[in-house]
Amino acid sequence: MAKSHKPVVWFPFAAGGTVIAFFIPVIVLLTFMAALGHVPAGLGYDRMHAFAANGIGKLIIFGVVALSLWSSAHRLRCTCYDFGLRADTLAATILYVAAIAGSIASAVYLLQI
Amino acid sequence: MSRRPLVREVPPTSWYFRHPRYMRYMSREITSIFVGAYCVLLVVGLQRLAAGPVAWEAFLAALKNPASIVFQFLALVAAVYHAATWFNATHKAMPVQIGEDFVQPGVISGAHYVVWLVLSFVVLYLAGVF
Amino acid sequence: MTPMKELRVQLEVLRYNPDTDTEAHFQRYDLTCPEEWVVLDALNKVKESIDPTLNYRWSCHMAVCGSCGMMINGEPKLSCHTFVRDYEGSVIRVEPLAHFPIERDLVTAPDDFMEKLKRVKPYIIPKEKKPISEGEYKQTPAQLMKFRQYSMCINCMLCYAACPEYGLTPEFIGPAALTLAHRYNVDSRDGGRKERQEVVATHEGVWECTFVGACSEVCPAHVDPASALQQMKITSSIDWIVEHLIPGGKS
Repeated sequence: MAKSHKPVVWFPFAAGGTVIAFFIPVIVLLTFMAALGHVPAGLGYDRMHAFAANGIGKLIIFGVVALSLWSSAHRLRCTCYDFGLRADTLAATILYVAAIAGSIASAVYLLQI
Repeated sequence: MSRRPLVREVPPTSWYFRHPRYMRYMSREITSIFVGAYCVLLVVGLQRLAAGPVAWEAFLAALKNPASIVFQFLALVAAVYHAATWFNATHKAMPVQIGEDFVQPGVISGAHYVVWLVLSFVVLYLAGVF
Repeated sequence: MTPMKELRVQLEVLRYNPDTDTEAHFQRYDLTCPEEWVVLDALNKVKESIDPTLNYRWSCHMAVCGSCGMMINGEPKLSCHTFVRDYEGSVIRVEPLAHFPIERDLVTAPDDFMEKLKRVKPYIIPKEKKPISEGEYKQTPAQLMKFRQYSMCINCMLCYAACPEYGLTPEFIGPAALTLAHRYNVDSRDGGRKERQEVVATHEGVWECTFVGACSEVCPAHVDPASALQQMKITSSIDWIVEHLIPGGKS
């Protein structure tokens, strides 16, 4: 059988998994704190806007969101298969398209800031 | 004497109940549902941020509703479980050989945890938590 | 000398006779045995004095030949490496190794595994062929250590029984065969990695693996097949980038 093109989806999955591992827990902690009523000062509009307005800030936010979306989508695709959902092509298409759409949307919103 | 091998089918939707090891694996994989949903929330947040201060403040306020609190908590648990399982496994993908010896797996995983803690504290500091 | 403690052992063994049965069924054996015995010893006593029709494979009785793999209370184990005293007081359920067809009783059909072992070209494909007159291929201890762990596989197939992806997708080449490919790939004398990639880097090669890690958990020889497979995913991804994204990058 021919060599697979799986690296196309796996490499970003591995990068995204690493990004999720290092960054998502603390980001969730921040929004969890906000949810509990203690909004951290850095989550105020002025500071968030300043961070996202900055070119580096945009790159960081986009990198974290896009890679995390992709990694979650790929893992969810594999999980669907493990749960017995055999329509792998369908699951892959839906999930990867959703991840790409989310990433494009993030880019669009970031560019508006 | 002829061969008549008996094939035992693996139940495709319930095989993971057969062993705690598989349940742990599925728990790890399911974190992707919560992390993925949380990322969607982040995208929504970006849209609110781009829409201006009123929209952003409304977004922060909406985080406080009970369903959101529950989701945030579950997402936090999922994110931490993902991180722990990821760091514990990294040494397998990248063994470090020095001469005839290999760096202890615990050292490689431990280094990841240290970096994770440092990064987290930096982010918390930048976010004005302390 | 203190008398050896005897344990009461209750075995629940899966039986299947291809000449007479359409399904497998459990058969119970009750016996006593010395507390230091392993499950294989108990099976031998069953065959000797209770039921000579029981079939199972075994050989070395010391966890090096890989013959006696079975499911013991749902866990893939070598029966010579499983102590009855660890199951004291409970029934020991003995079944043939999971994910393989049953030939008879506890004997499985390893045909699929044997074919996959061959498919990965598990032999040195020399980097530089030289005649015997030019002497040996030399290797430093450090070069040996790079692949030594992966050469310790005893072909017991416990990893195939543990791997859920092999259970769900039998085309998967599987932990042991792929780890064997890795063993040769990182051997300094070998130059066959690219050739093996035609097998390793396919959908049924490393890409079927989702890093469950069960294979490494059950391996009696501490080979750590999961680590070999993840390393090959990384090298395969780098290969892909070189082949498809770098101009002039050759396969």
